[in-house]
Amino acid sequence: MKIRIGLGSCGIAAGALKVMEALKEELDSHNLKIEIQQTGCIGMCHKEPLLDIIDDNGQTFTYGKITEKDVKAIIEEHVIAGNPVEKHLVNSSQNPNDFLGEQVRVALRNCGIIDPEQIGHYTERGGYEALKKAITMSPGDIIEEIKTSGLRGRGGAGFPTWFKWNAARNNPGEIKYIVCNADEGDPGAFMDRSVLESDPHSVLEGMAIAGYAIGAAEGVIYCRAEYPLAIRRLELAIKQAKEKDLLGSNILGSTFSFNIRIKQGAGAFVCGEETALIASLEGERGMPRLKPPFPAQSGYWGKPTNINNVETFANIPWIIAEGGKAFAAMGSQTSKGTKVFALAGKIKRGGLVEVPMGLSLRDVIYKIGGGIKEDRNFKAVQLGGPSGGCIPVDLLDTPVEYESITATGAIMGSGGMVVMDETTCMVDVARFFLDFTQKESCGKCVQCRIGTKRMLEILERICNGEGRPGDIELLQEIALKVGEGSLCGLGQSAPNPVLTTIRYFREEYEAHINEKKCPAMQCKALITYRIDPDKCKSCALCAKKCPVNCITGEKKKPYVIDQEQCIKCGNCMEVCPTKFNAVIVE
Amino acid sequence: MGCCCQEMENHCKDENLDLNLLKDILDEYRDQAGSLVTVLQKAQDIYGYLPLTVLRYIAEEMKVKPAQVYGVATFYTQFRLTPVGKYVILLCQGTACHVNGSERIETALCQELKIKPGETTPDKLFTLTNVACLGCCSLAPVMMINGQAYGPLTPDKAVSIVKDIYANEQQASEGGEES
Repeated sequence: MKIRIGLGSCGIAAGALKVMEALKEELDSHNLKIEIQQTGCIGMCHKEPLLDIIDDNGQTFTYGKITEKDVKAIIEEHVIAGNPVEKHLVNSSQNPNDFLGEQVRVALRNCGIIDPEQIGHYTERGGYEALKKAITMSPGDIIEEIKTSGLRGRGGAGFPTWFKWNAARNNPGEIKYIVCNADEGDPGAFMDRSVLESDPHSVLEGMAIAGYAIGAAEGVIYCRAEYPLAIRRLELAIKQAKEKDLLGSNILGSTFSFNIRIKQGAGAFVCGEETALIASLEGERGMPRLKPPFPAQSGYWGKPTNINNVETFANIPWIIAEGGKAFAAMGSQTSKGTKVFALAGKIKRGGLVEVPMGLSLRDVIYKIGGGIKEDRNFKAVQLGGPSGGCIPVDLLDTPVEYESITATGAIMGSGGMVVMDETTCMVDVARFFLDFTQKESCGKCVQCRIGTKRMLEILERICNGEGRPGDIELLQEIALKVGEGSLCGLGQSAPNPVLTTIRYFREEYEAHINEKKCPAMQCKALITYRIDPDKCKSCALCAKKCPVNCITGEKKKPYVIDQEQCIKCGNCMEVCPTKFNAVIVE
Repeated sequence: MGCCCQEMENHCKDENLDLNLLKDILDEYRDQAGSLVTVLQKAQDIYGYLPLTVLRYIAEEMKVKPAQVYGVATFYTQFRLTPVGKYVILLCQGTACHVNGSERIETALCQELKIKPGETTPDKLFTLTNVACLGCCSLAPVMMINGQAYGPLTPDKAVSIVKDIYANEQQASEGGEES
């Protein structure tokens, strides 16, 4: 028997360390010698902290939303008496739940199963076998295998991976580099963090295979500084791999040498762009440059460089071990294999999911994600972060594949999928993303630097109830210029959130501009909170919770909000007991 | 256009600093091309922020122009040119947090601490900073205080976490005075 506990960032934030302490104490008090294994993220973030009991028959029982107090019952009833505690059970290997049951795990194959800090756990599950196989193959055959698999870049643009490898391989040069882009800057995306925290060796192995294929002896992982746990586990993994002769000089007795080091990003979204990332690696301001030359021709220190994203690398060992055909057997015509998504926002079961390409957005959101929180109405799903767009309800049957998603005006992106419901204002969402891209614009291209600023100002005035007729057309006009006049992906795609929300939710823009109304009741300047005198029972809860003390009243008389002072925080509405529902927003 | 040294002077606050603390870092990285970002990160780890004297010293030691060091230090959001409090509250502004009400958390924290995002409380205990995304989207809205993530938050919960830290600090300092 074994007990496994999820210690990814999400698990720790939800209190998994306290559960672990309680678990140790409880086992000690019963004098039980049972192994407690830490693991990364299984993806069921909505049920964290998670705890697995793996019994002697190899059956796994997963408990969710565990607190220190629940540990005693699980140990006594399940571990000692052998009866699973139904109340907290969220999954078992005999009865997989809807969240996990629908998934196909390639990139996430080890996540939530192995201890990421032990290389032995990785090799037990076939880890580094692909590297062993690869160094007996010719580099050309490896690239051919990747071509057969149909793997396309998982960072967002969907460029065929084999093509990039081939270009880097064929460009002349003694020194070449492999770079892993782990600068996951899209707000709302956490796939890469999870892979790095839960299965760091899969990325190292993928990089080493890529290094062998293009003829590079050095790899660099450019990782966000905001991911301290991922960095710590990567450092440990590199050290362990070196000890086992899986990285370093003359790997496994061959002539192939490959070293990997980590470079921490310093917080700049634009550094997700290849040429900006290279500038940052070289210690400069992370500003993009014109392509060509492409990094495959002249990249890091002017040498041929191949840059792939974390998830792309995590897929590589699987493809080499199982064969490109097996990978290509999954997915759709143009998009092969699986894709990891970070499901978040107004969704019941948020977390990390991996599905075959071609599954519909509806299936991902409803079958796996369980639908919308509090059973509200779905309004839109945002794909691709600040470069992406909002897809409305009538396009929910769009399959997740590069071309179909692009046709909606959004992009596949790295896999952030943020679900929005009727309480989300789409103009505010557009303003939110423009605020982000405007701040993150590096300032090099005028259209991006000034265009995004002007667009943000227009969106801000619309949200403030000062929108003017013609603002929508003006936004569209500037959007076109920003897209055309920007050098890199950040500027070229910055207008997407505005253009898609105008395309699918134009009536919300018009309501803001013409009627000075926010249909989702979110834009503060366009709403007022009021207390219905007929419903108010003078309980004073709202007055106590008001941060600016602008609600007054006395016993047996209805309370009143002073509109002059109200900051529209919505606290009063939240605390008013549902049986009264006296606070109204208009 | 004026000289950027003036801009550096205006933006950077200074205190008495021990520049010897940088010796090991500079010895390790001085001759490694492309390591300016790393050196600045390590310097910030030591001083908590990047004081003007430190920026100047790094420029001198690494043989690059002060303008270049300043340019890099102001490009990345991670670098701070002013001192921070003992507890740095990173308030997540990711998409998932935004649609789940991060703005209300910000309002509540600003009211409680009586500072705006980017500022530090007069007692140097708390700094409030907005960050793009912490990647804990399923726990939205989230904040991180000195590496520890908290979520899902409500305005009340966020305020009580800060109050708890404050109470612990008060207790610790009182205890310290007695002994």
